[in-house]
Amino acid sequence: APLKADTYQIGRLALSEEIAAWDVDVLPDGRGLPVGSGDVFTGEEVFADQCAACHGDFAEGVDNWPVLAGGFDTLADEDPIKTVGSYWPHLSTVWDYINRSMPFGAAGTLTADETYAIVAYILYSNDMVDDDFVLSQENFADFEMHNKDGFVLDDRAETEYAAWRTEPCMKNCKEEVEVTMRSVFLVETPPEGGSNSV
Amino acid sequence: MDEMSKTSRRAFLRGSAAVAAGTAAGTVSAQTPDPAITELQDWASYLGAGVDETPYGLPISFESDVIRRNVEWLTASPISSINFTPIHALEGTITPQGCAFERHHSGAIELHKDDYRLMINGLVERPLVFTYEDLERLPRENHVYFCECAANTGMEWAGAQLNGVQFTHGMIHNMEYTGVPLRTLLKEAGADISLDKWVYVEGADASSNGRSIPMEKALDDVLVAFKANGEALRMEHGYPVRLVVPGWEGNLWVKWLRRIEITDRAVESREETSKYTDVYEDGVARKWTWVMDAKSVITSPSPQMPITHGAGPMVISGLAWSGHGQITRVDVSKDGGITWETARLGKQGDTKALTRFYLDTEWDGAPMLLQARAMDDTGYVQPTKEQLREQRGENAVYHNNCIQTWYVDVEGKAENVEVS
Repeated sequence: APLKADTYQIGRLALSEEIAAWDVDVLPDGRGLPVGSGDVFTGEEVFADQCAACHGDFAEGVDNWPVLAGGFDTLADEDPIKTVGSYWPHLSTVWDYINRSMPFGAAGTLTADETYAIVAYILYSNDMVDDDFVLSQENFADFEMHNKDGFVLDDRAETEYAAWRTEPCMKNCKEEVEVTMRSVFLVETPPEGGSNSV
Repeated sequence: MDEMSKTSRRAFLRGSAAVAAGTAAGTVSAQTPDPAITELQDWASYLGAGVDETPYGLPISFESDVIRRNVEWLTASPISSINFTPIHALEGTITPQGCAFERHHSGAIELHKDDYRLMINGLVERPLVFTYEDLERLPRENHVYFCECAANTGMEWAGAQLNGVQFTHGMIHNMEYTGVPLRTLLKEAGADISLDKWVYVEGADASSNGRSIPMEKALDDVLVAFKANGEALRMEHGYPVRLVVPGWEGNLWVKWLRRIEITDRAVESREETSKYTDVYEDGVARKWTWVMDAKSVITSPSPQMPITHGAGPMVISGLAWSGHGQITRVDVSKDGGITWETARLGKQGDTKALTRFYLDTEWDGAPMLLQARAMDDTGYVQPTKEQLREQRGENAVYHNNCIQTWYVDVEGKAENVEVS
């Protein structure tokens, strides 16, 4: 229920153009998507122009930049590879984040159709669609991500807090203690300057 | 390094002798008069700096070690990256803003108060736009809270990695904030505040850092803050306005806050799906792990703060904090967790704020394995890294609140280690 009490009457009404300019988030059910579409082939061209310098021609990542494709079924491995394909639960997030915050350094410059095309290409790079796939606001909500069921709510209250809210041991808590690992990177404190290459 | 080792050894031997002879500390006699006392010093004769020299001062040059540092290989770009608060060298609880850590996703932006706008829209009776001046007309509150990055200590999940408390625990700062409760702004807009509603918040920067906050928290203690430690927010901390989300992971503390949207479900933005979700050993990830659990660390001695005074009386100093409430107790072990002593709190901790603890003790010159263990007012006891790994594996990335161990050798040097 809305709050009914007195207000301070501070601020002014937002205009619809202003809300449209700033409220561009897309919900997992597709609400917030603009009308538009893009296919894999167009996406490949836009991706090559706008994205591949960091993310690689096939969304595989360059140097330390994020890998967007592959890594399926590695999440329980020693070194999981968390990509759009292997990890992200919702397609809406891919569209929303690219549209809002990519390319890195020139965010907000993509058209809606370009974003649809890039997302289609990333899905193709993850072998999740064929090369003739066209993504639009109409078929968007039908698309299911590989790891859509891979997330559960924070359950620390049940799994951890209940067990760890106990009076702790104070004396003779273990037989002996051994150093099992020493720090791998010996970071020396530099006398001046802020950066530390280790 | 050699010079330092020699000094430490000499200090160590002198200290041992003093203890052996049962000499009270502070009464060690000088062999020759101290020229720092017997010779007239420049500063006791000439003139110092005038009051017109420094309209806004920086620390004295001798404190040049007390600075933010970054570790280049941690991230692909320094623009979407992290640096670390020099907690090894700080005392008390308030973090000086100038060396308080930064975490940006598209860099620290310069946003003038005149250009600042805050929008509230979505499920509201009146979508509103506020200017900066508008915010200063609303009733304000002051609170001290810690802001800890969800990834603080994250590099240490699989082992002992970085050798300095600045690097292992320095993604944290603690400030006194002045701001307007978020609930006040929700009321101005006539927001639907049913508890099944969400508040989506985003910044004015290119990354936007959009996050979803459940209504219950938004109505509780979230602040829309415009001052920290008495002055305007620093550019890198969200000038002119940031969100303060007490006890919850730092990523939710949206900087350069530009929009608040009431929604009927979580947006599940990039920063709450791809990032700030915690993969456990079975490959399933926890989402919405908002609260930062009770945690502590000894800041001195630590790898960047060796013991240089030799054996005898010493101060073990550290920080404890909990996103669930107040720190009620901190225990310290010098033998790797076999025996614990309850430390003294510098002062009673504020809720969801850094709390200083001390163990005033005696060092016999033997190696130590130093640990601290925090408890909060819910009765929660800070776990060991083994306890955490049993629950979560090694790939959770975020929310590592394990007990930290420093190995102190006979010279007083400290190292980041893991123990059995």
